[in-house]
Amino acid sequence: MSTLDSHDSERRDFLYIGTGAFAAVGTAMAAWPFIDQMNPDASVKALASVEVDLAPIEEGQSITISWRGNPVFIRHRTAKEIEEAKSVPIADLPDQDARNANIDDGSPATDVNRVIEGKEKFLIMLGVCTHLGCVPVGEAGEFGGWFCPCHGSHYDTAGRIRKGPAPENLLVPPYSYASDTLVKIG
Amino acid sequence: MSGHSTYEPKNPLAKWFDKQLPILSMSYDFMVFPTPKNLNYLWTFGGILSMCLVIQLVTGIVLAMHYTPHVDMAFSSVEHIMRDVNYGWLLRYIHATGGSMFFIAVFVHILRGMYYGSYKAPREILWILGVIILLLMMMTAFMGYVLPWGQMSFWGAKVITSLFSAIPFVGDWVVTLLWGGFSVDNPTLNRFFSLHYLMPFVIVGAVALHIWALHIPGSNNPTGVSVKSGQDTVPFHPYITMKDGFAAIVFLVLFAFFVFYKPNYLGHSINYEIADPLKTPEHIVPEWYFLPFYAILRAIPDKLGGVLAMAGAIVILFFLPWLDTSRVRSAKYRPIFRQFFWLFVIDVVILGFVGANPPEGWWITVGQFATAYYFAHFLLIIPLVGLIENPKPLPASISESVLANHPKGEPAAQPAE
Ligand code: HEM
Ligand code: FES
Repeated sequence: MSTLDSHDSERRDFLYIGTGAFAAVGTAMAAWPFIDQMNPDASVKALASVEVDLAPIEEGQSITISWRGNPVFIRHRTAKEIEEAKSVPIADLPDQDARNANIDDGSPATDVNRVIEGKEKFLIMLGVCTHLGCVPVGEAGEFGGWFCPCHGSHYDTAGRIRKGPAPENLLVPPYSYASDTLVKIG
Repeated sequence: MSGHSTYEPKNPLAKWFDKQLPILSMSYDFMVFPTPKNLNYLWTFGGILSMCLVIQLVTGIVLAMHYTPHVDMAFSSVEHIMRDVNYGWLLRYIHATGGSMFFIAVFVHILRGMYYGSYKAPREILWILGVIILLLMMMTAFMGYVLPWGQMSFWGAKVITSLFSAIPFVGDWVVTLLWGGFSVDNPTLNRFFSLHYLMPFVIVGAVALHIWALHIPGSNNPTGVSVKSGQDTVPFHPYITMKDGFAAIVFLVLFAFFVFYKPNYLGHSINYEIADPLKTPEHIVPEWYFLPFYAILRAIPDKLGGVLAMAGAIVILFFLPWLDTSRVRSAKYRPIFRQFFWLFVIDVVILGFVGANPPEGWWITVGQFATAYYFAHFLLIIPLVGLIENPKPLPASISESVLANHPKGEPAAQPAE
């Protein structure tokens, strides 16, 4: 810096760093709209909820409905299925989290935590395998619940993962009973 | 090889033009580029690949004139292309078959590079650009396959995009961002169409860099011995243009066979069933060119682990130039490596079969062994063989090796001066 006195070089450094900082912040701010436009838009988010009448579903029957583009399984479970699910010790479950949007996060994956208390018969959950998103097949697999044919995940009669590559139990979406048999999902 | 152009335009107009934009002398240099005179037909696949890219671009652009990227209309617009559009069936079959032919060519091209050590110095950047092109091709083909919106399109898209959910912490956010919704749906189809249109042009750019990087050291050759003098080379035109042209025609015969006689052989019939987001087909498999990687994904009984292994199977190619410890390029002079090379090819084919079959019974075991071998090839075999192997003596030059093959002084190609 022989030709510049230190006063000058401080000024240059300040301008250099200042310009760089503004350019960086400006670029990040300009980039955000281009990233955020990829997120779900208002019309996608508006498809929030569906209502289903459970009355016609006989014991041992299941139906699949569409909610936000995804299948939702509703199964009227038999007493035997509920019994089986209840008898499994939590320690045997690969995923011990209930994954139920209607109760506190991190609740244990007991059978009752997978449904709404008093309505244990109706198991309502997303029919989306937590591995890579295929739709599992009902009344199949080694645990009598669901089996995902894509890469071989077995779920039990409470929709909990028991064997295979899927890391989590089938997710329970937010839902509530509008009346004794009318359920609102979403 | 580089250096000043020897081109002198004679026409005054050409002279004036070339002085301001030296595109004429660049093209001239390209045509006379000195090329090893011993290249075999495996060296024609670069030209074949360029041809495939042009075919995909031309057929794709015209298909896009008739295709509708909307979930309610995509499937029927493809049927409309097949039934109503003049020659639509031909254009679509060329494009769909073209995807597969492109991958046949690129796999041969990559294996050629592995066999003859073309990835080694001074061609590491060239190799890395090639791996980038492979990744871009995979993305392009994947998104193209989603466009007809059949059952396999939909479920392939769902499974492959869900791979990103394995990323710790931000995975679900990334997947929602990719989908633009809560599942693969119309926003997903829209953006895939936009990107499927864009990516081939990005590939064109990457190919330009790839060829630029090739023209600095020049082509490798079957001996792996560097060019020593003008005696070792012939000009690109007419020698290589002829050879490439002939190979391209033979390749097009195979291409035409599939287009006209077996147009759906390389695809899946279930993709002629419209996408149903509530029902996964019993047996979903990706296109044949993804099968070995799909097998690696399924070999690891853990979500994140499987995804990392699959990604690693390609990423490891970037490091190949530094994993190889041998100073000899060509497998022709590497008796041990040559055998492991073929074992590797067999391993990849086995992985392909594993990927095509349901993950049950002994297929799981075979898949796990084949996956382990795939990685062992790169991480153990290649580094170790380079250290312990005793290579055969190399010819002093390309010319010497050519003359050794023509002992009675049969005329080989004329040397370039
Ligand atoms: C790297 C080059 C490309 C590859 C590997 C590729 C691959 C594919 C594949 C595998 C399909 C599905 C074919 C089917 O099953 O029907 C497809 C469809 C499609 N591609 Fe491409 N493509 C390429 C370039 C392009 C370009 C440049 C465009 C347009 C500018 C384009 C436009 C389309 C359209 C409109 C479809 C849907 C119609 C159909 O399904 O036949 N592609 N592409
Ligand atoms: S998507 Fe269900 S096991 Fe992979």
